[in-house]
Amino acid sequence: MGRYLLRRLATYAVLTVVAASLAYLVAAGSLRPRDAVRNHTGGTPAAVEAELARLNLHDDVPLPERYLTWASGVVRGDFGETVQGEPVTGELWRRLGVSLRLLSAGSVLGFAGGVALGVYAAARRGHTPDRVIGGGAFALLAVPVFVLAVFLQLGAARLNEMTGLQLVEWVGESSPGAADGTFGALGGFGDRIRHLLLPTLAVALAQLAVYCRYQRATMLDVLGADYVRTARAKGLRRRHALLRHGLRTAVVPLTTYFAYTAGLVLLTGMFVEKIFGWHGLGEWVVDSITRGDVNVVAAANCVAAVAVLLAGLFSDVLRAVLDPRVRVHPR
Amino acid sequence: MTARRPANRRTTLGLALLAGLFLLAFLGPHLAPWHWDETDFTAFREPPSARHWLGTTQSGRDMFALTLRGLQKSLVIGLLVAVLSTALAAVVGMTAGFLGGWADRLLMWGVDLLLVLPSILIVAVLSPALRGHWLGIVLLLALFGWMITARMVRAMTLSLREREYVRAARFLGVGNVRVVLRHILPHLSSLLIADAAINVSVAIIAESGLAYLGFGVRPPDLSLGTLIADGWGSAHAYPWLFGSAAGALVLVVLAVNLLGDGLRDALDPELRGARP
Repeated sequence: MGRYLLRRLATYAVLTVVAASLAYLVAAGSLRPRDAVRNHTGGTPAAVEAELARLNLHDDVPLPERYLTWASGVVRGDFGETVQGEPVTGELWRRLGVSLRLLSAGSVLGFAGGVALGVYAAARRGHTPDRVIGGGAFALLAVPVFVLAVFLQLGAARLNEMTGLQLVEWVGESSPGAADGTFGALGGFGDRIRHLLLPTLAVALAQLAVYCRYQRATMLDVLGADYVRTARAKGLRRRHALLRHGLRTAVVPLTTYFAYTAGLVLLTGMFVEKIFGWHGLGEWVVDSITRGDVNVVAAANCVAAVAVLLAGLFSDVLRAVLDPRVRVHPR
Repeated sequence: MTARRPANRRTTLGLALLAGLFLLAFLGPHLAPWHWDETDFTAFREPPSARHWLGTTQSGRDMFALTLRGLQKSLVIGLLVAVLSTALAAVVGMTAGFLGGWADRLLMWGVDLLLVLPSILIVAVLSPALRGHWLGIVLLLALFGWMITARMVRAMTLSLREREYVRAARFLGVGNVRVVLRHILPHLSSLLIADAAINVSVAIIAESGLAYLGFGVRPPDLSLGTLIADGWGSAHAYPWLFGSAAGALVLVVLAVNLLGDGLRDALDPELRGARP
């Protein structure tokens, strides 16, 4: 199993390096940071040119040379500076933290909820619960996250109006001064939860439908399998046979899908952060593309590529843990 | 046969809905009282009425005409992207699967690479260079949307290549291109048709997402994504601005998904669940 994982790691690492480099070249080749730098320095044309050169953004410098300067910085953990002249690395970590706080709860909820609903629907195949879940998942799949998030906001506004209380918030990560109220730190925590509620729901729902449909399909394949029938014949209850013997196998194909969903989560993050006013990585990238901030976009691409790599690796480990055949006969 | 009926019903429903939306998008503008770039200076932010069926925007433009215009764009972009990316997937997947060896390894490595690259980010980064031209968006979306289908095509080609009739044809001296076109492509057609339908909805959502963030079609041109972006800030006060564009988008995606899902189940029960 160790060798199998090591080989996968090596493949992923090469892919990530090539992908990150390609992403830098694309960004540096097509984005135009000159206007943003001019707005920031506000100085003479000569000053703008000098600042562009200092930031490694000048288009007179050949692309390969700019790439080498950037890559040698990245190897040392330095992603260069933004067009405003601030180091990218520090801000990158801060923004990554915000994004993780925003996305992690929703992703876990979406995965767990989707798998649970999928299994339940498969077990009740053809009956009312299956139809309701199937129809709901199908409808949800047709609603893009930037529409879903606004619907949720409208619903929350209605809820707040009806109860007359500010139960749910949908702008930003916390209200200023919430931690200084009568409840102290606890109040601050509650305030954060209040802000997290709606975006978490949006992130979870955006993924739930995909997992639910996928899990239902794999579970249906497993339901008719011999080993589930054997388990039943041994005298196990249906519930036990399905969950202990069936589910374990049915989740295995789902783990392969993990690597793909990492990209989906990042994309969801871009919209959800923009709509709910969280200053995370996604919002930063969108604004930076508009500004032509090459270093920020390249750094975000690195993060995205590493995220996909980690997700791929995680899915391989999970597969090896769940499916003994992988351990015995590494592919 | 009973197992097939729901799939056929879904296909019919999806097809009918899609045909209706097509008619609405391309015939509707001729029936509607307002043109999409006309301005009614007597009606700003009017709610839906007999005069303006879906209300007006803050600059007095008719929301019904705008929505239809956006619907046209989304439908055309979605169809073109799906056809292009599915064709690309078929060519790459069949080449990799049929030739095998280093060509296979190289192509699949390219597929993996493109899957690792955050494709929407790359498209967004490249979009300023297109200056919002919608054909450019189509090409970019097609270029980054074929990889998963290509993997499935390759897997099927690998197994088809070993069938007796394919071997027989090859031993008889039939050329590679002819074998692929006559003996392999026909067996892939159901997969390709169903996947093309699914790619339509993926492309429509991707295009509106890009336009929503400001990286797609740009003013004065418009798509459902730009309409949704314009409407969501005031969705609470003026729900018709957001509602009509968002509703149209959801309907299109729903129709295409129904069609694609039904087609996949009806044509190829084996593939059920191969892709969510």
